[in-house]
Amino acid sequence: MGRYVIRRLLQMIPVFIGSTFLIFFMVYALGDPVAALFGDKAPDPATAARIRHDLYLDQPLWKQYLHYMGQIFQGDFGTAFNGQKVTELLAAAYPVTLRLTLVAIVIELIVGVTLGVVSGLRRGRAVDSSVLILTLIVISVPTFVTGYVLQFLFGVKWDVIRPTVSPDAPFGELILPGIVLALVSLAYVTRLTRTSIAENVRADYVRTAVAKGLPRRRVITRHLLRNSLIPVITFIGTDIGSLMGGAIVTEKIFNIHGVGYQIYQGILRNNAPTVVGFVTILVIVFLLANLLVDLLYAVLDPRIRYA
Amino acid sequence: MPDLTKTETADAPDQAAEVTAAEPRNGAGAVGKPRSLWGDAWRDLRRRPLFIIGSLLIVLMLVVAAWPGLFTSADPGSGDLANHFLQSPNLTHFFQPDWFGYDGQGRSIYARVVYGTRNSLLVGFGVTITITLFGGLMGMLAGYFGGFWDSLISRLTDVFFGIPFLLGAMVVLNSVDQITVPVVIGALAFLGWTQITRVMRGAVITNKHADYVTAARALGAGTKRILLKHILPNAMAPVIVIATIALGTYIVAESTLAYLGLGLNGISWGSDINDATQNIRNNPHVLFFPAGMLSLTVLAFIMLGDAVREALDPKLR
Repeated sequence: MGRYVIRRLLQMIPVFIGSTFLIFFMVYALGDPVAALFGDKAPDPATAARIRHDLYLDQPLWKQYLHYMGQIFQGDFGTAFNGQKVTELLAAAYPVTLRLTLVAIVIELIVGVTLGVVSGLRRGRAVDSSVLILTLIVISVPTFVTGYVLQFLFGVKWDVIRPTVSPDAPFGELILPGIVLALVSLAYVTRLTRTSIAENVRADYVRTAVAKGLPRRRVITRHLLRNSLIPVITFIGTDIGSLMGGAIVTEKIFNIHGVGYQIYQGILRNNAPTVVGFVTILVIVFLLANLLVDLLYAVLDPRIRYA
Repeated sequence: MPDLTKTETADAPDQAAEVTAAEPRNGAGAVGKPRSLWGDAWRDLRRRPLFIIGSLLIVLMLVVAAWPGLFTSADPGSGDLANHFLQSPNLTHFFQPDWFGYDGQGRSIYARVVYGTRNSLLVGFGVTITITLFGGLMGMLAGYFGGFWDSLISRLTDVFFGIPFLLGAMVVLNSVDQITVPVVIGALAFLGWTQITRVMRGAVITNKHADYVTAARALGAGTKRILLKHILPNAMAPVIVIATIALGTYIVAESTLAYLGLGLNGISWGSDINDATQNIRNNPHVLFFPAGMLSLTVLAFIMLGDAVREALDPKLR
C-alpha cells in the first residue's frame, strides 16, 4: 500500500509539471500581463520595460516558468496586480469553494445514489422511466439557466433564501448554490448507479444473500450497493476537480467569492499571477482526488490489493 | 464539464425482451449475407423512440441552421424599441415575428432563436469533428503502437485533463480580439481532444489482439491496412457514441462561455441567454425561448447518443 502510494505520487510529478506549464504558457504567452496593468491606456515604454524586468517577464518563457516554480515551492505565489498577495487570495477563496464543493458532493451522493438505487431496482417501470427522463432534462439545461431560475424562484419570488451569498459563506447559504452546482453531476451519478445496480441485482451473491434470509434492506445496502458503487466513486473523484474549477458559473450567479470567482476576475483582467496560482492548486487537488479514488477501490472491493 | 468518458459504460439497459427478440433475427441473418455490427445496430435503432425523436429534432435543427430565412421573415438584428420593448409572446401567432415576443432591444426573439441556430450548431459540429479526427488519430497511435508513443500520448492527455475545461477555454478566448466561430472551435477542440483519445485508445487496445487482426497480419496486411480496414471500423462504436453526446455538451460550453462574457460575435443562443439574464425578474420569456431551444438541441444529441450506445452494445445481443 505504502509503496503503491509513493509510486503514484512520483507518477504525478510529470503530469503536475505538464499541466502547470500548459496553463503558464497559455496565460503568459497568449496574454500580455503588463499591458493589462495599464488598462485601456498604452503603457510608457520605459515603465513597461522596467515592470517587465521586475516581474521577470523579459526572460524566455521556460526560464520564467522555472523561476515561478522555484518561488512557489518557497511558498510565494506572487502578487496580484492590485497588490494583494496571491497566497492571501488563495487562503480567502479556497475554504469557501471547498464548502460549496462539499455541499454539492453530499447532495450528489445522497440524492443521486438514492434515485439510482430506486430506479435500478425498478428497471423499466414508471419510476425508472421518469427518473431517466428527468436526468436527461437536467443534463440538457445549462447550469447558468437552472441557476438563475432557481435563484429567481427561491430567492426572489418565494423569498425562502437569500438570493446571494454573504462574504462569510456559511453552509446554510450554500445549500441552493450547492444544488445548482451538483445538478448535472447528480444526473450522471443517478444514471451510473442505476446501470450498476441493474447489472448486479441478478448476481449470484445477491441471490445467496436473499436465500439465506437476510432482510431486503440489508441485502441492498450491504451487498448490492457496496458492489455497485465503484463506478460512482470513480466519477465523483474526477468530479471533485471539475466541481471546484467549474464553480465559476455558480459562483458568479450567487456572488460567492470563491475560487471560480477569483479565476474569472483574473482571466478577464489578465491578472496572470492569480490565474496561474489558483490553477496550480486546482491541478494538485485534481491529482490527489484521483489517487484517493484508487485507494477507495480497495476499501470497497477487498479483491483489489495494492502491493 | 462532466467527464463523459467515465459514463461510457453507463446505461446499458438489458431489456430481456430485446435480447430474446434479437436472437431469431441473428439466426435468420446467418442464412443470407452476414450482417455487420452496424447493420444490426441500424435494425435495432429504427424501432427506438429515443432515436427517432432525437434524429428528427436534429434534422429539423440542421434545416433551420442551413436556411433560417425559410422560417421567419423578420430581421434578427433590427430592433424597434418604441413599439416592441420587452413585448410578451403571442403564442397563437405561429411563425410570426412576435410569436416568442421581443427582447430588451425590441428585436424579435423568434427570429433571433432561428438565426442563432447556425452558430451554435457550427460550434458543436466543428469541435466534434476536429476532436474526433485528431483525438481519434492520437488514440489509435497510442493504442496500436503502445510503448513510447502510448506513454507520451497518455501523459499528454493527463496533462490536458488537469486543466479545467472552461478555465482553459476562457484563457484562450480572452486573448483574441475577435471571437469568431473558428476561434471558438479551436479553443474548445484544443482542450477537448483528450476525451476522444482516451476512448479510442481503449477501444484499439481491446481490438488489437483479436483473432481477426492476427489473421489479417498473417495474410500479409500492412500496418496501415490493419489499422484503417480492420481495427478502425471495430473501434469506432464507442467513439461515435461519446462524440454524439459530446456534441451537445460543446453547444452548452459555447453558451456558457457567452454567459461568462466571452461569446461569439454575432447571433448565438448563448449571448441571447446572457442578455436575457438581465431581464429575468420581470420578463422571463426573454430567457425561456433561447434557453429552451438550446436545451432541446442538447437533449436531441444526448438521446441520439444514448440510443446508439444501447444499439451498439454487444452485451445486449
